[in-house]
Amino acid sequence: MGTTIVFFIFAIMAVAAAWGVVTSKNIVHSAFFLALTFAGVAVLYVLLNADFLAAVQLLVYMGAVNIMVIFAVMLTLRGDVKESSLETKKWGLGALGAALVFIMIALVILTNADWRIPAQAWSGQGSALAISELMLKSYMVPFEAAAILLTLALVGAVILAKGVKESK
Amino acid sequence: MSFSVGLSTYLLVGAMLFSLGLYGIFAKKNVIAVLMSIELMLNAVNLNFVAFNRFLGNESVLHGFVTAVFIIVLAAAEVAVGLALVISIYRTRKSTSVDDFNWLKW
Repeated sequence: MGTTIVFFIFAIMAVAAAWGVVTSKNIVHSAFFLALTFAGVAVLYVLLNADFLAAVQLLVYMGAVNIMVIFAVMLTLRGDVKESSLETKKWGLGALGAALVFIMIALVILTNADWRIPAQAWSGQGSALAISELMLKSYMVPFEAAAILLTLALVGAVILAKGVKESK
Repeated sequence: MSFSVGLSTYLLVGAMLFSLGLYGIFAKKNVIAVLMSIELMLNAVNLNFVAFNRFLGNESVLHGFVTAVFIIVLAAAEVAVGLALVISIYRTRKSTSVDDFNWLKW
């Protein structure tokens, strides 16, 4: 009962904030709505017994990605901030496509009887141990690849944003 | 209240976030807003992975959770490179509107 109320509060908060991200004409508002969406999804992770993922979501998405987005917004802001994130002329087509995709996914979800199941009880001892077991054993190669990817992305981002000096 | 939050409820929330992100990618002019919409879609996918693992998987094998961690890593790398590109383009074109990014027209 309690978890149902918490679920609906934060699910509605996340979806409403996502609505704000895509409809707000002010890009700074969009960036802060995005943080609210990430926080709502983090609470849903807690309800799904994914405590480690909720912490990662808060640290990486709200702490790093969102701050980076806000920095980029501030660095590239020109003109009137109230009209910094307008819709294109063909936004109606996008709305139609997105609505059709949503209706299709919702039909699949609602007609599939296998998915209409309540949660089985988990012991609730935390997921970090099981995740680390998997990550350092069966997912070891993707784990190292992700480390290399992050290093390359960091170097690439610095080179792209800062520019390279012409060598003689 | 007899209604309990099941797997399909979480999947519907994920579908809503995904569709809103899709709409944002189609409709927004500012390229940073497009990147934000991509983040929304990645979050929706993550929510689906975690929900499927929670409801259909068992407690000691968390493949869905690990996949979600990898998606978070990819999203962080993607947004870093994407924003660096935006800043780099902004420096030469003084614009962040996707309508102005038309070098590759013939």
